[in-house]
Amino acid sequence: MNEIVLKGIPAAPGIAIGPAYIIDKQDFIVPPRAIMDKEVPIEIARFEEALIKTREEISELKKKISHEMDGQHGQIFDAHLLVLEDRMLIEEVIKRIKKEKQSAEYSFMVVLKKYSKIFSSIQDEYLRERSSDVNDIGRRLLKNLTDEQKLHDLDHIDEEMIIIAHDLSPSDTVTMFNKNVLAFATDIGGRTSHTAIMAKSLGVPAVVGLKDATLRISNQDLLIVDGRMGLVIAHPTEKTIEIYNTEKKRISALSHRFDDIVDLPSKTSDGCPIPILANLELPEEIPMIRQSGAQGIGLYRTEYFFMNRVDLPSEEEQFVAYKAVAEHLAPLAVTIRTLDLGGDKFISSVQIPRDMSPFLGWRAIKFCLARPDIFKSQLRAILRASVFGKVRLMYPMISGPSEMRQANAILNEVKINLREEGIGFDENIEVGAMIEVPSAAVTADLLAKEVRFFSIGTNDLIQYTLAVDRRNEQLANFYEPCHPAILRLIKMVVDAGHQENIPVGLCGEMSSEPIQAFLLIGLGVDELSMSPLNIPQIKKLIRSINRKDAQELSQRALTLSSGQEVEELSKARLQELVPQIYTADKA
Amino acid sequence: MPRIEKELTVLNEQGLHARPAAFFVQIAAKFDATVTVSKDGEKVNGKSIMGILMLGAEKNSKLFVCVDGSDAEQLMGELEAFLSRNE
Repeated sequence: MNEIVLKGIPAAPGIAIGPAYIIDKQDFIVPPRAIMDKEVPIEIARFEEALIKTREEISELKKKISHEMDGQHGQIFDAHLLVLEDRMLIEEVIKRIKKEKQSAEYSFMVVLKKYSKIFSSIQDEYLRERSSDVNDIGRRLLKNLTDEQKLHDLDHIDEEMIIIAHDLSPSDTVTMFNKNVLAFATDIGGRTSHTAIMAKSLGVPAVVGLKDATLRISNQDLLIVDGRMGLVIAHPTEKTIEIYNTEKKRISALSHRFDDIVDLPSKTSDGCPIPILANLELPEEIPMIRQSGAQGIGLYRTEYFFMNRVDLPSEEEQFVAYKAVAEHLAPLAVTIRTLDLGGDKFISSVQIPRDMSPFLGWRAIKFCLARPDIFKSQLRAILRASVFGKVRLMYPMISGPSEMRQANAILNEVKINLREEGIGFDENIEVGAMIEVPSAAVTADLLAKEVRFFSIGTNDLIQYTLAVDRRNEQLANFYEPCHPAILRLIKMVVDAGHQENIPVGLCGEMSSEPIQAFLLIGLGVDELSMSPLNIPQIKKLIRSINRKDAQELSQRALTLSSGQEVEELSKARLQELVPQIYTADKA
Repeated sequence: MPRIEKELTVLNEQGLHARPAAFFVQIAAKFDATVTVSKDGEKVNGKSIMGILMLGAEKNSKLFVCVDGSDAEQLMGELEAFLSRNE
């Protein structure tokens, strides 16, 4: 096999070498394969054998389930078995094999897709859902026909694997936590897609936007993922493997290069403190966060708690989780962001209609204001947890002062109820707003009067301001964090916050890129929150520069007319002032 | 050879979804008589689960059932009893 190099977008740094594991979603793609006349009986026999094998598997499953649960649950498999014995279906497949002279798997897939299509056009929603039963059976049968491990079953990953997928949803990535995932590579997605964020928090490399990696790579292919250059190399030659192994060792040595400053304060060389906080996705990351020297949690995303389950988490469950994080971090602050549902994050316990433009749809605070039942139980849980440490509360996607007041009105109701019930909470809890919608940035002077702190969420602020969907690979080059509009908006928010004496933090990806973080400090951002992995490098940056240099840089940057010029300016300045950061970043 | 035709109403709460469809087919399979089921102009073999599922018969929908064979009467009786069960 020849070495194939696929070029994508670098999403998380590092190098991984290992076998591919392809995650094949609902859609099974079976390429057509023409057969000769004499192969017809062979294909029919293969099909019959696969039917028998699949029937046996389902009977086994039925036995197991009936044994573990009550008899009722096993019944669904009776329907599955009947499908596999259905003469109408079987005969149609055999007829196709004979007439169209196509392989058993292709003929079966065509017939299956036909039924699947009919089922999905059924009016009744519940009955329509049955197409998933049929697809489930189909997938099993196809697996037995192609004897390839294509069944999407992550529970079976116990060897080290490189995950290849068309796209990964946040809930997919959550199920991968603690699995032996060496790297991620996806067909679509941009630098700030959830695959990228998750890979960074797991500390594994990721490449996104590869376009057709799932078609060009097969299961178990040996791969090299180069997360810095955005490359995936399939069937690498001995020589390529050797080069990358050497590089991997070098990077591993470099990653410990800032270990000596973990316990030192994060302040500029002229003594101005810039606290570095950590973004938290999952409680499993807390030990990593503690080791990183983070001065608290600047963004605790709570959506993950709601995902991968069919029901909603109760107030009590949430309370236990928030309390645990607050206690672990105390006396450091934990900034809990309320549910940011919608966009690209959905949960199965609440049906949200698929919006035409999900990022402009029923999302985050707009969802919570419309579902006070869900919002209130989360607020109660957060308030109750607030006596166990230092808890801050912030709302996502606030669009302006009136939305802030609406959210706070609900918070006040919850506080009143808790007081009446005699349940304790931190009466002085700080409540802030995420600034990630351009309208919030523009009205920051008004918003600053309603909140105790701001936290700028640059990932969304950039996509909304520049009208660039951050998941769209076609637009990846237009997603410019240093675009003059973004710098001006950040400056506006910082100035508005400082006018009212409230701190302005920043929790997007910008805070962890040295070139961009340098500018942010100059713009006056008070604290930075990022993935724990990036903390040592950014701390090194902060300790190596003085505030005046950063301010001069940002003043000059604000006069430039393109993001590229800004990046180049900052990079050049960084190279002069902190050469070790620059070379390390390149390495 | 008796041939019986009857219009039957689906009373099952969720319509003829996978499990009830399986029951329907299992009943039909016990008998020699042939079964055809029609709904909204769609006509399928009553011994085929794919056929029954394809009808998309929701609650209160009307099925035109035609059984043909020596044991037709008994089969129709069982199908009627099954479909009128509101489980």
